[in-house]
Amino acid sequence: MTDTPALEIPKTSIRSTRLGRAVSRGIHALWPVLLVIAAVAGIWYAACIPMNAAQSALDAERAGATLSTTAAERRDMAGLSVVIAHPAAALSGAFTQDRPRLPAPHQVVAELWDTTVEKKITSKRSLVFHAGITLGPTLLGFAIGSLAGILLAVGIVYSRVMDLSVMPWAIASQTIPILAIAPMIIVVLNSVGIQGLVPKAIISAYLSFFPVTVGMVKGLRAPTPADLDLMRTWNASALRTLVSLRLPSSLPYLFASLKIAVAAALVGAIIGELPTGAVRGLGARLLAGSYYGQTIQIWSALFGAAIVAAGLVAVIALLERVTLKRMGLAR
Amino acid sequence: MSAPAISAHNLDLTFQTGDGPVHALRDVSLDIPDGEFVSFIGPSGCGKTTFLRCVAALETPTGGTLTVSGMSPDAARRARKYGYVFQAAGLYPWRTIGKNVTLPLEIMGIPRAERAHRRDEVLALVELDKFANKYPWQLSGGMQQRASIARALAFDAPILLMDEPFGALDEIVRDRLNEELLALWARTSKTTLFVTHSIPEAVYLSTKIVVMSPRPGRITDVIDSPLPRHRPLDIRDTPEFLAIAHRVREGLRDGMQAA
Repeated sequence: MTDTPALEIPKTSIRSTRLGRAVSRGIHALWPVLLVIAAVAGIWYAACIPMNAAQSALDAERAGATLSTTAAERRDMAGLSVVIAHPAAALSGAFTQDRPRLPAPHQVVAELWDTTVEKKITSKRSLVFHAGITLGPTLLGFAIGSLAGILLAVGIVYSRVMDLSVMPWAIASQTIPILAIAPMIIVVLNSVGIQGLVPKAIISAYLSFFPVTVGMVKGLRAPTPADLDLMRTWNASALRTLVSLRLPSSLPYLFASLKIAVAAALVGAIIGELPTGAVRGLGARLLAGSYYGQTIQIWSALFGAAIVAAGLVAVIALLERVTLKRMGLAR
Repeated sequence: MSAPAISAHNLDLTFQTGDGPVHALRDVSLDIPDGEFVSFIGPSGCGKTTFLRCVAALETPTGGTLTVSGMSPDAARRARKYGYVFQAAGLYPWRTIGKNVTLPLEIMGIPRAERAHRRDEVLALVELDKFANKYPWQLSGGMQQRASIARALAFDAPILLMDEPFGALDEIVRDRLNEELLALWARTSKTTLFVTHSIPEAVYLSTKIVVMSPRPGRITDVIDSPLPRHRPLDIRDTPEFLAIAHRVREGLRDGMQAA
């Protein structure tokens, strides 16, 4: 009877201290993150006051307050001057407007919540629905772009002609603004009867192949001369050297590139939605928001895109960890 | 007696560099009979590694003739006549020790069962049989170098080329590996070419010591060792050993003065 609790107490106390240690470590790691978030939110809220001051003053006047300046005068004043002239009005109306120039963080969060959790996924007002529409071409474009990037890199590493001829073109391709070339891709493909998913995917691929090519060229050239000599002493074929030495050496570089590429692919898919005046997708949300001055919708679509990009990068990071661990490269 | 394992006549190798030509090898002539253990010793730049790389067909001589197993070095390379051990172990970090050892066998198209058999055999030979499933970073430097020797032995080539394999290891590990290497050589009787900076190492291991000197890289002395094939470590304190070491040192000094 008496020794049962005596046996149990140390067990639970060990577990609780272990748990406690883990929690305290978690909090410890969380502090800097929270601090940065708090700083960003603080700057954001502060910026809302002068950005929205003109509208705040107008709203105050409409509500019956008499201000020393007229709306016409305020139009030529900087936001900060309006705040100095009417601090009370500017402050009271800064964070609650329907169409603010700069929505406050909580307004964006509320809109995000409303359009993701509160709406059915099939609803056209659901951000999850629109993100899903954009995700299709993103993933297809990422796959095409990564594959093209890897193949180009293999060609560049193995052929001197390709090394000298392809790389300048690849670099040139990235100096052309994607906004200029996206409508042309869509129009040209549309004229040969291709529309919908594929044109957007091609714009994604256009943005995502480049980091993969650059990273893979570096990675395929990572083996030391001694590593390559070893293959030569075994009379290994070029294909063998690629498969058994160059490709495994390049994997850490590949994953770093894929993270950049997947985020670029999402940007490409969003931009691909803009010139067609699309009605579905994250790009369409941005476009509709800017047509109707729905700044909160624009910002929440932007954050939605950022969250999707972060999720995609996290998936690649997970793949990276699993792969490198299985290869014995992670220690 | 059969044809020499390696035969070089008036071998020349000149590298064209930005600072003008560099004579890495000048007029090198040497016959190495089957089954010998030959050390190449000399200061940096004397061409000992270059000579080894010529034998392995990793460099092409600019003059003279060189035959390996009675054929051109490149034909010998394609026929997999030699195993090469580099100064760095050069194990691929994404492969276990066992998989590193079987890599050349995979490349040579040897069936899986045979690969496993040979892997176990050579890993036992270098006393790493318990480490087949470890990754290279889990092993010490000396163990990694033993694994790389096992890899060079795995496909049972008649010639073993070793380029300062123990150069990066400390004296104690080096002594032990020297002893093991000698035992290994006694068992397999492979023709071994061994590049080193260390006089005791060269004298202890070799049946033939080739002393080289730099600018241009050339042979200054070839010493046939009178030491018996069986050599305990303490043979290094005998007068015969010291006499050979002395002659090697003299050869090195003469080469430096001439240059």
